[in-house]
Amino acid sequence: MEGVMSEQTFTATIEKDQRIEPRDWMPDGYRKTMIRQIAQHAHSEIIGMQPEGAWITRAPSLRRKAILLAKVQDEAGHGLYLYSAAETLGADRGDLTRRLIEGRQKYSSIFNYPTLSFADVGVIGWLVDGAAICNQVPLCRSSYGPYARAMIRICKEESFHQRQGYELLMTMMRGTEAQREMVQDAVNRWWWPSLMMFGPPDAESPNTAQSMAWKIKRHTNDELRQRFVDMSVPQAEALGVTLPDPDLRWNDDRGHHDFGAIDWSELKRVISGDGPMNTERIANRRRADEEGAWVREAAAAHAGKRAAT
Amino acid sequence: MIQHEWPLYEVFVRAKRGLNHVHVGSLRAADHEMALHHARDLYTRRNEGVSIWVVRSDDVVASGPDDKDAFFAPSGDKVYRHPTHYSIPDSVPHI
Repeated sequence: MEGVMSEQTFTATIEKDQRIEPRDWMPDGYRKTMIRQIAQHAHSEIIGMQPEGAWITRAPSLRRKAILLAKVQDEAGHGLYLYSAAETLGADRGDLTRRLIEGRQKYSSIFNYPTLSFADVGVIGWLVDGAAICNQVPLCRSSYGPYARAMIRICKEESFHQRQGYELLMTMMRGTEAQREMVQDAVNRWWWPSLMMFGPPDAESPNTAQSMAWKIKRHTNDELRQRFVDMSVPQAEALGVTLPDPDLRWNDDRGHHDFGAIDWSELKRVISGDGPMNTERIANRRRADEEGAWVREAAAAHAGKRAAT
Repeated sequence: MIQHEWPLYEVFVRAKRGLNHVHVGSLRAADHEMALHHARDLYTRRNEGVSIWVVRSDDVVASGPDDKDAFFAPSGDKVYRHPTHYSIPDSVPHI
């Protein structure tokens, strides 16, 4: 009887568009799905420090170094807000890190591509963070309270990420011919992986219906992808770059841009571990965890000693 | 290998003078001092606060969502605690 009451309260709370909070009763499936969604997002922020972190020492000016450092520090912060949200569901962040390192939990496939030139830093800010914002703004209304609140903080900070990237690209486009070529090359390499960030097409996304019913997903993958394409086209024009899709054109009837077919076999390959950088990304995370272990142990020992005196 | 998981702390930030401290999230730290430093780095990177409290999560005592109705019942039937319970003619000023 109590179980029935709890389930009714849960369903009624979601129907009224109110938030589920940590100590509320929730179905096991909801809890598991939320932990998986939040952990995967947290892991993406943490692994996402690497592609751009690689450019901090090589950024072309002190200003760009300071910006990039602040941005990468934000990614760490976002990861920590999210691990904090995951812990309200009974997950343990040490355990989540181990699951990441052992390949038992995933992170966004986008971070398995290499950053070949400094223009990549700008394109990641513009397109990758732009796609992330498209995905994340609706999640500020997720039915799970702690996740929604973390997303509000994250979205405020992501706006800086996208704008610094676009400004960096505008600066390069005003530079030499070689710099403009670097920007176009980076756009060519990141455009399609950015579109893949929204996940498989709706027809092949079996969990979408349940997630929409639970209001932990507010729009389908294809809706968000379309929104991103429509936003990016005028931005690319203003920048003076070409998006690498010959089928990309405005469709007056739909009121949206049509775009070419996405190579889903590539997404599957990268997600299943065969992207250009998968092995290195995880090896770096494992090394940071292992080489930092003595620091965590020493701090715990020091705290224990001080508490005893 | 032994895993040394640091304890969990809840973080409260006062955004500016004149406002209450508000709960903003949690973090892991070895002790109180480290918790304060981590809270500053994590939750006030953009001038979000002028004061921070940290408290061990296992020291927080909370009411449960299940005893919501019974626990808060004492205030439920005391409508006379609200100013709108009293009808005063419109002609009476400043009340």
